[in-house]
Amino acid sequence: MIFTIARKELKALFASPLAWVVLTFVQVMLAFGFLKRIDDFMAFQPRLVQMPNPPGITELVAAPIYATLAIIFLFAIPLLAMRLIAEERRNQTLVLLMSAPISMTEIALGKFVGLLAFLSILVGLATLMPLSLLLGGRLDFGLLASLVMGVVLLAACFSAIALYASSLTAQPFVASMIAFGLLLGMLLAGETAADGLRGRGWAVPAELAQVLSPLKNFESFAKGMLDSYNVVCMLLLIAVFLILTIRRLDAARLRG
Amino acid sequence: MGSPATEITVSAQGLSRKFGAHTAVAGVSLALKRGEILGFLGPNGAGKTTTMQMLTGNLAPSLGAISICGIDLFEAPTAAKARIGYLPETPPLYRELTVREYIDLAARLHRVPKTTRDAAVTAALADCGLTDVAKRLIGALSKGYQQRVGIAQAIVHRPDVVILDEPTVGLDPNQIREIRNLIRNLGRDCSVILSTHILPEVESVCDRVQILHHGATVFDDSIAALKQFQGGRTIVLGLKHPPRAEEVAAVAGVARVEPAGEGVYRVTFADDADPTEELVRRAVAQAWGLYQLTPAQASLEDVFSSLTRKEEQV
Repeated sequence: MIFTIARKELKALFASPLAWVVLTFVQVMLAFGFLKRIDDFMAFQPRLVQMPNPPGITELVAAPIYATLAIIFLFAIPLLAMRLIAEERRNQTLVLLMSAPISMTEIALGKFVGLLAFLSILVGLATLMPLSLLLGGRLDFGLLASLVMGVVLLAACFSAIALYASSLTAQPFVASMIAFGLLLGMLLAGETAADGLRGRGWAVPAELAQVLSPLKNFESFAKGMLDSYNVVCMLLLIAVFLILTIRRLDAARLRG
Repeated sequence: MGSPATEITVSAQGLSRKFGAHTAVAGVSLALKRGEILGFLGPNGAGKTTTMQMLTGNLAPSLGAISICGIDLFEAPTAAKARIGYLPETPPLYRELTVREYIDLAARLHRVPKTTRDAAVTAALADCGLTDVAKRLIGALSKGYQQRVGIAQAIVHRPDVVILDEPTVGLDPNQIREIRNLIRNLGRDCSVILSTHILPEVESVCDRVQILHHGATVFDDSIAALKQFQGGRTIVLGLKHPPRAEEVAAVAGVARVEPAGEGVYRVTFADDADPTEELVRRAVAQAWGLYQLTPAQASLEDVFSSLTRKEEQV
């Protein structure tokens, strides 16, 4: 059932121009960055060879692609997610899902999975760029896997937050603004709090504050470090916002 | 389960719903047997839609219990909802899908098994006369067709209970007739609840009628009882040489006379009296020039006012 709803969301996304615009825009932006990095890499290669432990092409060319993608997600996901619940509410189509023999959990998860599937396609397309380097070189597949996993987890975090924002209102535009505000606010608050607390030597509260900031957690993936602590932080954030969304859908039925 | 004819499909007791301080529905109960068509009648704001939202699990009642085919809607919502088909006031249509894609989605959402899904979708499209437009986008269809898509969505999983909120609103007379026929056909093997504020609609398709007013039931009986209740108590009298209203009112058995235009009176009879014959006799004898004598079509407002009046007297 989750899959049925996810499929419907994916279909609806591709029926709207927004999805195509985002895909094109992201591809073009990443491609420019990618080509620039390759140029730089070629220029610096002679000097890199002289270094005792030089950074590889994956680190210098592939990693920045995913860093850019993370920033693009910050803007794109609120726009892509706004329609998930808010627009259905405005068009009064949410009734179809509410009257069907489906639980609120399945509705929320279905929509989440649908959006994540689209974002995974985006990540997949972006990954074709570093893979094309195989034509003339060798890649560090460990680092590449860590980057892909990190960026997908990051997308999942953002999606869960944006989905919750979409459940708060019946106005898609307001939903996207709320989502953007939440994402930015949480990144800043999480980062500042974590740094501040760590500076005072309070390690445990600092670690907890880091749950708030998915971008901070992504940083270690970008270095190729697969730390279970970061994974747990992100999964926790996803779970919290999905539960909030489910509760919100339930509340609509109670309050009317 | 009892025999199909007496099996209760919908049962609701003491449904109440408050929105803040405002009470939309207060203590509505209903019971529906398989094969019955129940009409929910009431002016706008009477609580029809709210009641239907509660029956379909879209809105939690403040008080009361609902069971669908013996399954409690609150204890086992998914099992109960699987037996309901619901068309809300605004059909929940995805404009970017084709008719067939949309009905197929509705079938999936209602857990129609994979093996029978294609057949179920085809049958629902045929039942609602949508076979010819199956490949068109819903957004490009006329309102009448969109309404039919909404009904197809509600019946694709062959539910035991079909709930339709104002299914004929905004349609032209031909479309209305088609949809009424469709509803009558549905009523053969499942229970149908439909809401409307048009009295003739209830008379033409429903077996039973429940009238809501200010969120409470004011009438709950068969169509025959409703006709008896409203019928034969008011006539319209058209006269070429009308006498003064007092003279008409003087006829024994006349309770009230209201002028309704040039030479036209609206005559209401007293309880248990039928002065029609006496009125005709007097019209001839005194040369009033009688040219029209018709039983007045009681409007919904008349039924309401008499129902609410009766309530106040009790």
